[in-house]
Amino acid sequence: MSQEALVEIRDLNFTYDGRPVLTGINMTIPRGKVVAVMGISGCGKTTTLRLIGGQLKPSSGSVKVGGQVVHELDSDGLYNLRRRMGMLFQFGALFTDMSVYDNIAFQMREHTDLPEALIRDLVMMKLHAVGLRGAHGLMPAELSGGMARRVALARAIALDPMLIMYDEPFAGLDPISLSIVGELIRKLTEALGASSIIVTHDVQESLKIVDYVYFVSEGKIVAEGTAEEMKNSTVPYVHQFVWGEADGPVPFQYPSRPYGDQLMERTARHG
Amino acid sequence: MDNGVVRVLRVIGRRVNAGIWRLGYASRFFLAMVLHSGTALRRLHLTIREIYFTGVLSLIIILVSGMFVGMVLGLQGYDTLSRYGSTEALGVLVALSLVRELGPVVAALLFASRAGSAITAEIGMMKATEQLSAMEMMAVDPIARVVAPRFWGGVISMPLLAALFSAMGIFGGYLVGVQLIGVDEGSFWSQMQASVDFREDILNGVIKSFVFGIIVSWVAVFEGYDAEPTAEGVSGATTRTVVTSSLAILAADFILTAFMFTGA
Repeated sequence: MSQEALVEIRDLNFTYDGRPVLTGINMTIPRGKVVAVMGISGCGKTTTLRLIGGQLKPSSGSVKVGGQVVHELDSDGLYNLRRRMGMLFQFGALFTDMSVYDNIAFQMREHTDLPEALIRDLVMMKLHAVGLRGAHGLMPAELSGGMARRVALARAIALDPMLIMYDEPFAGLDPISLSIVGELIRKLTEALGASSIIVTHDVQESLKIVDYVYFVSEGKIVAEGTAEEMKNSTVPYVHQFVWGEADGPVPFQYPSRPYGDQLMERTARHG
Repeated sequence: MDNGVVRVLRVIGRRVNAGIWRLGYASRFFLAMVLHSGTALRRLHLTIREIYFTGVLSLIIILVSGMFVGMVLGLQGYDTLSRYGSTEALGVLVALSLVRELGPVVAALLFASRAGSAITAEIGMMKATEQLSAMEMMAVDPIARVVAPRFWGGVISMPLLAALFSAMGIFGGYLVGVQLIGVDEGSFWSQMQASVDFREDILNGVIKSFVFGIIVSWVAVFEGYDAEPTAEGVSGATTRTVVTSSLAILAADFILTAFMFTGA
C-alpha cells in the first residue's frame, strides 16, 4: 500500500505479565482506507487497537498516528489526539444512564462550546446516517444488539474523526444487522474521508468492505494483502481461517497430554 | 527453620505487602480524584445529580431508621433513668446519644449499605461494559467525569443525612417518651436545650459525619473503579465496599471520639 499513511506501526512488541502478546508487528493504515486486522480470539487484535489509542504502551517499537508517536505524548497531547479518533467497542459500550441522543451529544458537549440547537442538528444528522433518527429518545436498554451497535457507530463519528477503530463490530449480530453495519462502516469512512481499522474474526462480512487485511496469529502478522488475495491465499493458517475449516494449523484440540496416557493413568488410579 | 513456618510467614508477608500496596494505590487514587475535582465542582449539575441519587434516594431508609432508633432510645432511656428518678432527663439522653454518636455512625453505616454499594456497583458495571474505556477514548477523563462527582455527592449528602437521622430520632424519642409514656413535655425539651452544646455536641457530630462521608465515598468509588470487570468482580467489590467502609467508620469513630469528647 503506497498511499499516505495515517497510522504507522513499526517493530511493535508488547509483553503482558512477562508473556509476549505482540511480536514484531509492522502495519500501515493509509488515509481514506478500510483495513482489517483478523485472527482468532486472543491473538492480540484488540491489544493492537488499544496500543493505537494509547490505552496501552508498547514494550518496544512505535505506533504513529497522524505523524505523532502515541506513547511519547503527554496526557494533554494524548487527549487531543483522541479527539480526532472514534472507537466502536465490541458491545457498543453506550452510557446506560443516558438516552441515545445524549450518548451522541456527549462528546460535542464535552469538547465544544456549540449551542444546544446546533448540537441537536448534528446529533440528528449522525442518527439519520445510521438510520436511527426515530430512536433518539430511547435508552440503551431499549435497543436491540444491532441498533446499539449503530448508535455506537453514530457516537464514534460524532466529531468527524480522522481515524475510526472498530472492535469486533459484527459480533453477535443477525444477518440483516450485520450487513447494515458493514455497509455503514464503508459508507461512513468514504463520506468522512477517514481511515478505518476493523478488528474482527468475521471473515465473510469484513472481506466485502475492506481494502487491505492483516492476519495475526499468536501475536505475529502471518499474512497480509487485499481481500481478493486473502481469499485465494495458500498460507495454511489464512486458508483455514477464511474457509472456516475445523482443523488445520489452529488445532481443534486445546493443547494437552496424549489422550492414551491420560486414560491409562485413570485406569491405574481406579484399579 | 521448619518449612511449614517459612511458608506461613511467606504467605503473611505477601498479604501484608499486597495490603500496603493497595492502600498506597487507594491513596494515589484519592489524590488524583481530588486534583480532578474541578469538573465536578465547576459543572455543579453533575454533583447535584449524584446528591439526588445518593442522598435523596437514601432518605426513606435514613428517616425510618432514625425514627425507630429514637423510639428505642426513648424506651431504654426511660427504663434506665426511672431507676434513678431522673426521667425528666430523657430528652438530654436521647439528643446527646443521637447527635454525638448514633446519628453520624448509624446513618453512615446505612449510607454505606444503601448508597456506597450502589456507587461501587454502578462504576464497576461501567468498567465491565467498557463505558469507562469508551470515555477515555473520547478524551474524557473518567475520574473527573464519573468518579469525582459521585465522591463529592456522597461527601455532601452524608452530613445532611446524619442531621436528618438525628432529628427523626429525637422526634421518635419524643413520641415514645412524652406521648406514649407520659414524661413531662416541658422538661423533655427544656433540659435538652439547656444541655446540648452547639460546638461541643452538634458541631462535633457534623464533623464526624463529614469524615464518615469521605470514608464511605472514597471506598465506594475506589472499589468500583478497581473492580475486576466481571459479574463476580463487581459483586466482590460491592461486598468489600460495605465491609471495609463499615469497619473504617467504626474505627474512625473511636479515634474521633477519643479526640473530641475525652478529657479536653
